[in-house]
Amino acid sequence: MSDLKISNLYKSFSGMDRPAVNNISLDIKSGGLIAFLGPSGCGKTTILKMITGLFQPDSGDISLDNTSLLPIATEKRGVVMVFQNYLLFPYMNVNENVGFALKMKGVEKDQIDKKVKEMLELVKLPEIGDRKPKQLSGGQQQRVALARALISKPKLLLLDEPLSNLDAHLRDEMRELIVTIQQKLNVTTVFVTHDQEEAVLLADKIALIFDGELQSFASPKEYYESPVNVRAARFFGGVNFLKSRINNNKIETEIGPINYIQKNKNDLISNHLMTIRPENIEISKSNSFKDNYFSGTVTSIIFSGTNTRYKIKVKDTLLDCSVQSVGLKEISKNDEVFVHLPAEKIWGMND
Amino acid sequence: MDNNLKKINIYAVYLGAFLLILPLIAFFINAFSFRWFYPQLIPKELSLQAWVRLKLIPREGYRSLDGFLDLWLSNPTIIKALVNSVTIGLIVTVVSIIIALPAARVLGLINFRFKKIIIFIMVSPTILPPIAFVLGLNINFISWGFSGSFWGVCLVHLVPIMPYVVLTMTGIFANYNPDFEHQARTLGANKFRTFYLITLPAIAPGMVVAALFAFLVSWSQYLLTFLIGAGKIMTLPLLVFSTASSGNPALTAAISIVFIFPAIVILFFTSKFVSGDSSATSGFGKI
Repeated sequence: MSDLKISNLYKSFSGMDRPAVNNISLDIKSGGLIAFLGPSGCGKTTILKMITGLFQPDSGDISLDNTSLLPIATEKRGVVMVFQNYLLFPYMNVNENVGFALKMKGVEKDQIDKKVKEMLELVKLPEIGDRKPKQLSGGQQQRVALARALISKPKLLLLDEPLSNLDAHLRDEMRELIVTIQQKLNVTTVFVTHDQEEAVLLADKIALIFDGELQSFASPKEYYESPVNVRAARFFGGVNFLKSRINNNKIETEIGPINYIQKNKNDLISNHLMTIRPENIEISKSNSFKDNYFSGTVTSIIFSGTNTRYKIKVKDTLLDCSVQSVGLKEISKNDEVFVHLPAEKIWGMND
Repeated sequence: MDNNLKKINIYAVYLGAFLLILPLIAFFINAFSFRWFYPQLIPKELSLQAWVRLKLIPREGYRSLDGFLDLWLSNPTIIKALVNSVTIGLIVTVVSIIIALPAARVLGLINFRFKKIIIFIMVSPTILPPIAFVLGLNINFISWGFSGSFWGVCLVHLVPIMPYVVLTMTGIFANYNPDFEHQARTLGANKFRTFYLITLPAIAPGMVVAALFAFLVSWSQYLLTFLIGAGKIMTLPLLVFSTASSGNPALTAAISIVFIFPAIVILFFTSKFVSGDSSATSGFGKI
């Protein structure tokens, strides 16, 4: 078991006007695959570096299996980090690189050789042991770095932007490999990324961090269906935001009253915002909807393959909606249409 | 046309090299000749007489292994000067690198306020003529009891050496990625092994160049050794000067060869590090 617990972590650097990491608390269950997501400079890599021991936090605690990591030297924490640019040691060949951690532990030579072979097979690169890192492609370097990190069976694996240096087609392959290996070895894994798509595809749970502050720690699905605030919603591709007010238990938005049935209804303050994802909006030329429908004018149509995106002007507000291109009804620019915002797909946020 | 140009270029390089070597050839002839005077083009008589007078080669009839050993173990001035020059050179090389390592790391990796001023102050010994500071320094050294001592000479040699060593090593660290060290730490290497296995191989080529500078600057130091050593510490440059002023060209040529020889040997073995891309082979490169 290796539960990672981060409590009230705080770190500031001189010369920065805000703390790099501001009072972050997280509970990560053993065996999980967790993403730290946020724009660059938001403090996510700083947290990783504090977990490994490169930085000491100003206050707060990081513990693994209920033991604080802070007093323990980096090399004894059982935490291995794979850096963004892989950092294979250039003076050693692949075998020596992968076997490095075991050599540091004083494992016997033939044992190391055996394990190195196993690990290289696990990352599907059995034939390259004698090559130098410079002779490898980016994807191969990444796999070797992964094998090197996992050979000593770390309690916690940290990956810094694991896919950002790879070509698009290698990315899918690497993503699958990471998930497969992570599940096979059942090692608790935390990775850092600025790419929400990558986080959604890989992670069980995502910690969204803006400006050193944790916004929320939830499953990828929740970020799409019930984002915690406008910024989080925008980060995950949300575009439709309606100013709303609670008026006599009814919700009045800038395009008209709507019916709202979500579970957080009672938490909403009077002046709040409503959001709905573009793909959840339904449009039709003739009105067959029962509630939450509004009439508007199509102002632009963009065909983007699988989906077609419409911008529809309802009163003074532009709504983005995305409809499957297959079996699309004839709608052209400047047409009058009805848009339907299904009550169960609308989500309200206070800020 | 292009090919001809290339050939001309190559010949020009050969010519330049020849012009540089020409005085050395004259040196060699002089050192092994007996009374070579104008207008003779080549010496009439070759002789080892100068080397015998320097007490590096025994007199005729004694040139057996025992004869050489006897002569050298009798500790003539030239052997004393050689031993002093080599030991002082080695000591200041090692000490300067140990001192420069942390300084170069900070200067190469971290940007901070007044960095340029600090670098300027550090290289100032290369701009200032030694005479400008050594006289004042000598007063301090006398009161500290360093004057005329071996360690005093070592200490004062560090003054002109440090700028070269620090600047060369700063260049290594400017091209260095400390994340490699942290990677090794997370893989279970302690601080000592990280330095030994990761840092050292990365900075070694640049360190060889720095050591080369350090040794050669110390090796050719005249004024500082003369003043701080107070004539008690005899090194090769001091001997070269005193021999040269004696007016015997063969003797001067012979001792000059002794003086040049180690520099050539060191350069020969380290030339691969001093080539144009040495800065790229130091550090981890910006991969």
